[in-house]
Amino acid sequence: MSASDLQTPLKRARGLGSAQHGTHHFIVQRITALALIPLVIWAVFLALALVHADYAAARALVRQPCAAIALTAFVIATFWHAQLGLQVVIEDYVHTRWLEVTAQLATKFFCAIGALACVLAIVRIALGQG
Amino acid sequence: MSQAERPLSPHLGIYRWQLTMMLSILHRATGVALTVGTLLVIALLLALAAGPEQYATVRGFCGSAIGMLLLFGWSWSLFFHLCNGIRHLAWDAGWGFEIPRAYLTGWTVVAVSLLLTGLTWACVFAQRGAA
Repeated sequence: MSASDLQTPLKRARGLGSAQHGTHHFIVQRITALALIPLVIWAVFLALALVHADYAAARALVRQPCAAIALTAFVIATFWHAQLGLQVVIEDYVHTRWLEVTAQLATKFFCAIGALACVLAIVRIALGQG
Repeated sequence: MSQAERPLSPHLGIYRWQLTMMLSILHRATGVALTVGTLLVIALLLALAAGPEQYATVRGFCGSAIGMLLLFGWSWSLFFHLCNGIRHLAWDAGWGFEIPRAYLTGWTVVAVSLLLTGLTWACVFAQRGAA
Protein backbone atom coordinates (compact mmCIF):
# COMPACT_ATOMS: atom_id res chain seq x y z
CA MET A 1 0.00 0.00 0.00
CA SER A 2 1.49 3.33 -1.06
CA ALA A 3 1.23 6.54 0.90
CA SER A 4 -1.18 8.10 -1.58
CA ASP A 5 -3.78 5.45 -0.80
CA LEU A 6 -3.90 6.68 2.78
CA GLN A 7 -4.67 10.25 1.68
CA THR A 8 -8.24 11.45 1.86
CA PRO A 9 -9.91 12.39 -1.44
CA LEU A 10 -9.72 16.04 -0.36
CA LYS A 11 -5.95 15.83 0.20
CA ARG A 12 -5.48 14.32 -3.25
CA ALA A 13 -7.61 16.98 -4.97
CA ARG A 14 -6.03 19.95 -3.22
CA GLY A 15 -3.70 22.02 -5.33
CA LEU A 16 -4.72 20.35 -8.59
CA GLY A 17 -7.70 22.49 -9.45
CA SER A 18 -8.36 26.18 -9.88
CA ALA A 19 -6.86 28.38 -7.20
CA GLN A 20 -9.75 30.82 -7.77
CA HIS A 21 -7.26 33.49 -8.86
CA GLY A 22 -7.51 32.97 -12.62
CA THR A 23 -8.99 36.38 -13.33
CA HIS A 24 -6.88 38.35 -10.85
CA HIS A 25 -4.22 39.39 -13.39
CA PHE A 26 -6.90 40.39 -15.92
CA ILE A 27 -8.85 42.45 -13.38
CA VAL A 28 -5.83 44.29 -11.93
CA GLN A 29 -4.62 45.08 -15.47
CA ARG A 30 -8.01 46.70 -16.19
CA ILE A 31 -8.15 48.56 -12.87
CA THR A 32 -4.69 50.07 -13.42
CA ALA A 33 -5.66 50.85 -17.04
CA LEU A 34 -8.76 52.73 -15.88
CA ALA A 35 -6.75 54.63 -13.28
CA LEU A 36 -4.13 55.52 -15.89
CA ILE A 37 -6.62 57.19 -18.29
CA PRO A 38 -6.99 60.39 -16.22
CA LEU A 39 -3.49 60.10 -14.74
CA VAL A 40 -1.78 59.93 -18.15
CA ILE A 41 -3.78 62.91 -19.44
CA TRP A 42 -2.78 64.86 -16.32
CA ALA A 43 0.85 63.74 -16.67
CA VAL A 44 0.96 65.05 -20.26
CA PHE A 45 -0.19 68.46 -19.00
CA LEU A 46 2.44 68.34 -16.26
CA ALA A 47 5.12 67.44 -18.82
CA LEU A 48 4.02 70.36 -21.01
CA ALA A 49 4.20 72.68 -18.00
CA LEU A 50 7.72 71.39 -17.27
CA VAL A 51 8.91 72.23 -20.80
CA HIS A 52 9.38 75.93 -20.09
CA ALA A 53 9.97 75.65 -16.33
CA ASP A 54 13.40 76.13 -14.77
CA TYR A 55 14.61 73.98 -11.86
CA ALA A 56 12.85 75.98 -9.11
CA ALA A 57 9.61 76.24 -11.09
CA ALA A 58 9.71 72.50 -11.87
CA ARG A 59 10.12 71.66 -8.18
CA ALA A 60 7.32 74.06 -7.29
CA LEU A 61 5.04 72.32 -9.80
CA VAL A 62 5.77 68.83 -8.45
CA ARG A 63 5.69 69.73 -4.75
CA GLN A 64 2.11 71.02 -4.78
CA PRO A 65 0.17 68.49 -2.64
CA CYS A 66 -2.32 67.56 -5.38
CA ALA A 67 0.45 67.23 -7.96
CA ALA A 68 2.61 65.12 -5.65
CA ILE A 69 -0.32 62.79 -4.92
CA ALA A 70 -1.33 62.51 -8.58
CA LEU A 71 2.28 61.94 -9.65
CA THR A 72 2.72 59.21 -7.02
CA ALA A 73 -0.49 57.54 -8.19
CA PHE A 74 0.65 57.86 -11.81
CA VAL A 75 4.03 56.30 -11.07
CA ILE A 76 2.62 53.37 -9.06
CA ALA A 77 -0.15 52.64 -11.59
CA THR A 78 2.34 52.91 -14.47
CA PHE A 79 4.88 50.44 -13.08
CA TRP A 80 2.17 48.06 -11.89
CA HIS A 81 0.47 48.11 -15.32
CA ALA A 82 3.83 47.79 -17.11
CA GLN A 83 4.76 44.76 -15.03
CA LEU A 84 1.42 43.05 -15.73
CA GLY A 85 1.68 43.77 -19.45
CA LEU A 86 5.30 42.70 -19.85
CA GLN A 87 4.59 39.52 -17.90
CA VAL A 88 2.10 38.44 -20.59
CA VAL A 89 4.40 39.45 -23.45
CA ILE A 90 7.23 37.37 -21.96
CA GLU A 91 4.89 34.43 -21.30
CA ASP A 92 3.79 34.52 -24.94
CA TYR A 93 7.10 34.98 -26.73
CA VAL A 94 9.95 33.67 -24.57
CA HIS A 95 9.89 29.88 -24.72
CA THR A 96 13.32 29.04 -23.29
CA ARG A 97 12.60 28.32 -19.66
CA TRP A 98 15.67 29.90 -18.04
CA LEU A 99 15.39 32.98 -20.26
CA GLU A 100 11.71 33.31 -19.44
CA VAL A 101 12.28 33.11 -15.68
CA THR A 102 15.19 35.55 -15.93
CA ALA A 103 13.14 38.00 -18.01
CA GLN A 104 10.15 37.74 -15.65
CA LEU A 105 12.31 38.37 -12.59
CA ALA A 106 14.21 41.22 -14.28
CA THR A 107 10.91 42.88 -15.27
CA LYS A 108 9.46 42.59 -11.78
CA PHE A 109 12.64 43.89 -10.13
CA PHE A 110 12.92 46.76 -12.61
CA CYS A 111 9.29 47.82 -12.09
CA ALA A 112 9.55 47.55 -8.30
CA ILE A 113 12.82 49.53 -8.13
CA GLY A 114 11.51 52.07 -10.66
CA ALA A 115 8.33 52.67 -8.66
CA LEU A 116 10.27 52.94 -5.37
CA ALA A 117 12.84 55.33 -6.86
CA CYS A 118 10.15 57.60 -8.31
CA VAL A 119 8.06 57.64 -5.13
CA LEU A 120 11.12 58.43 -2.99
CA ALA A 121 12.13 61.21 -5.40
CA ILE A 122 8.63 62.72 -5.22
CA VAL A 123 8.70 62.54 -1.40
CA ARG A 124 12.11 64.25 -1.35
CA ILE A 125 10.81 67.01 -3.65
CA ALA A 126 7.55 67.41 -1.74
CA LEU A 127 9.21 67.59 1.69
CA GLY A 128 12.49 69.27 0.71
CA GLN A 129 13.37 72.95 0.62
CA GLY A 130 12.39 74.96 -2.48
CA MET B 1 4.93 10.57 -38.79
CA SER B 2 1.30 11.34 -39.46
CA GLN B 3 1.77 14.58 -37.54
CA ALA B 4 3.41 16.21 -40.58
CA GLU B 5 0.12 15.84 -42.48
CA ARG B 6 -1.84 17.87 -39.99
CA PRO B 7 -2.79 21.43 -40.97
CA LEU B 8 -0.87 24.22 -39.28
CA SER B 9 -2.69 27.09 -37.66
CA PRO B 10 -2.17 30.33 -39.58
CA HIS B 11 0.75 32.42 -38.36
CA LEU B 12 2.40 35.73 -39.20
CA GLY B 13 4.29 34.37 -42.20
CA ILE B 14 1.15 33.62 -44.21
CA TYR B 15 -1.44 35.94 -42.66
CA ARG B 16 -2.62 38.83 -44.81
CA TRP B 17 -1.74 42.05 -42.99
CA GLN B 18 -4.76 43.97 -41.83
CA LEU B 19 -5.52 46.92 -39.55
CA THR B 20 -6.88 44.95 -36.60
CA MET B 21 -3.82 42.73 -36.29
CA MET B 22 -1.48 45.69 -36.81
CA LEU B 23 -3.12 47.56 -33.93
CA SER B 24 -3.00 44.49 -31.71
CA ILE B 25 0.74 44.10 -32.33
CA LEU B 26 1.32 47.84 -31.95
CA HIS B 27 -0.50 47.81 -28.61
CA ARG B 28 2.05 45.34 -27.27
CA ALA B 29 5.00 47.03 -28.98
CA THR B 30 4.06 50.47 -27.62
CA GLY B 31 3.53 48.92 -24.17
CA VAL B 32 7.07 47.55 -24.22
CA ALA B 33 8.43 50.84 -25.60
CA LEU B 34 6.64 52.80 -22.88
CA THR B 35 8.12 50.55 -20.20
CA VAL B 36 11.57 51.44 -21.55
CA GLY B 37 10.38 55.06 -21.56
CA THR B 38 9.79 54.93 -17.80
CA LEU B 39 13.60 55.19 -17.56
CA LEU B 40 13.23 58.84 -18.55
CA VAL B 41 10.52 59.39 -15.91
CA ILE B 42 12.82 57.83 -13.30
CA ALA B 43 15.78 59.93 -14.46
CA LEU B 44 13.75 63.15 -14.51
CA LEU B 45 12.30 62.67 -11.02
CA LEU B 46 15.61 61.55 -9.49
CA ALA B 47 17.36 64.54 -11.08
CA LEU B 48 14.66 66.94 -9.89
CA ALA B 49 15.11 65.57 -6.37
CA ALA B 50 18.92 65.62 -6.60
CA GLY B 51 19.70 69.18 -7.67
CA PRO B 52 19.88 71.81 -10.44
CA GLU B 53 23.00 70.36 -12.14
CA GLN B 54 21.53 66.87 -12.41
CA TYR B 55 18.20 68.32 -13.63
CA ALA B 56 20.02 70.38 -16.25
CA THR B 57 21.75 67.21 -17.49
CA VAL B 58 18.45 65.35 -17.96
CA ARG B 59 16.84 68.40 -19.59
CA GLY B 60 19.85 68.72 -21.87
CA PHE B 61 19.39 65.12 -22.95
CA CYS B 62 15.65 65.71 -23.59
CA GLY B 63 16.51 68.72 -25.76
CA SER B 64 19.16 66.88 -27.79
CA ALA B 65 18.38 65.38 -31.20
CA ILE B 66 18.33 61.80 -29.92
CA GLY B 67 16.31 62.90 -26.87
CA MET B 68 13.71 64.68 -29.02
CA LEU B 69 13.46 61.66 -31.32
CA LEU B 70 12.90 59.34 -28.33
CA LEU B 71 10.39 61.75 -26.79
CA PHE B 72 8.50 61.98 -30.08
CA GLY B 73 8.33 58.18 -30.34
CA TRP B 74 7.30 57.82 -26.71
CA SER B 75 4.64 60.54 -27.00
CA TRP B 76 2.97 58.78 -29.93
CA SER B 77 3.35 55.41 -28.18
CA LEU B 78 1.70 56.89 -25.09
CA PHE B 79 -1.27 58.34 -27.00
CA PHE B 80 -1.67 55.20 -29.10
CA HIS B 81 -1.56 52.90 -26.07
CA LEU B 82 -3.99 55.22 -24.26
CA CYS B 83 -6.50 55.35 -27.13
CA ASN B 84 -6.23 51.68 -28.03
CA GLY B 85 -6.39 50.83 -24.32
CA ILE B 86 -9.76 52.59 -24.12
CA ARG B 87 -10.79 50.54 -27.20
CA HIS B 88 -9.75 47.40 -25.31
CA LEU B 89 -11.74 48.45 -22.25
CA ALA B 90 -14.80 48.94 -24.47
CA TRP B 91 -14.31 45.38 -25.76
CA ASP B 92 -14.00 44.17 -22.17
CA ALA B 93 -17.39 45.78 -21.53
CA GLY B 94 -18.74 43.82 -24.52
CA TRP B 95 -18.99 46.73 -26.96
CA GLY B 96 -17.53 47.04 -30.46
CA PHE B 97 -16.83 43.46 -31.53
CA GLU B 98 -18.65 43.73 -34.88
CA ILE B 99 -16.10 43.78 -37.69
CA PRO B 100 -17.12 47.16 -39.20
CA ARG B 101 -17.07 48.68 -35.72
CA ALA B 102 -13.67 47.16 -34.91
CA TYR B 103 -12.30 48.84 -38.07
CA LEU B 104 -14.04 52.14 -37.33
CA THR B 105 -12.68 52.29 -33.77
CA GLY B 106 -9.28 51.12 -35.06
CA TRP B 107 -8.96 53.96 -37.57
CA THR B 108 -10.29 56.35 -34.92
CA VAL B 109 -7.50 55.26 -32.59
CA VAL B 110 -4.89 55.84 -35.32
CA ALA B 111 -6.30 59.29 -36.16
CA VAL B 112 -6.79 60.46 -32.55
CA SER B 113 -3.34 59.25 -31.44
CA LEU B 114 -1.68 61.13 -34.32
CA LEU B 115 -3.80 64.22 -33.62
CA LEU B 116 -2.92 64.24 -29.90
CA THR B 117 0.77 63.73 -30.69
CA GLY B 118 0.66 66.66 -33.13
CA LEU B 119 -1.20 68.86 -30.64
CA THR B 120 1.26 68.05 -27.85
CA TRP B 121 4.29 68.91 -29.98
CA ALA B 122 2.57 72.04 -31.27
CA CYS B 123 2.24 73.09 -27.60
CA VAL B 124 5.92 72.31 -27.00
CA PHE B 125 7.11 74.38 -29.95
CA ALA B 126 4.63 77.20 -29.30
CA GLN B 127 5.98 77.48 -25.75
CA ARG B 128 9.54 77.41 -27.00
CA GLY B 129 8.69 80.20 -29.43
CA ALA B 130 7.10 82.26 -26.65
CA ALA B 131 10.00 81.75 -24.24
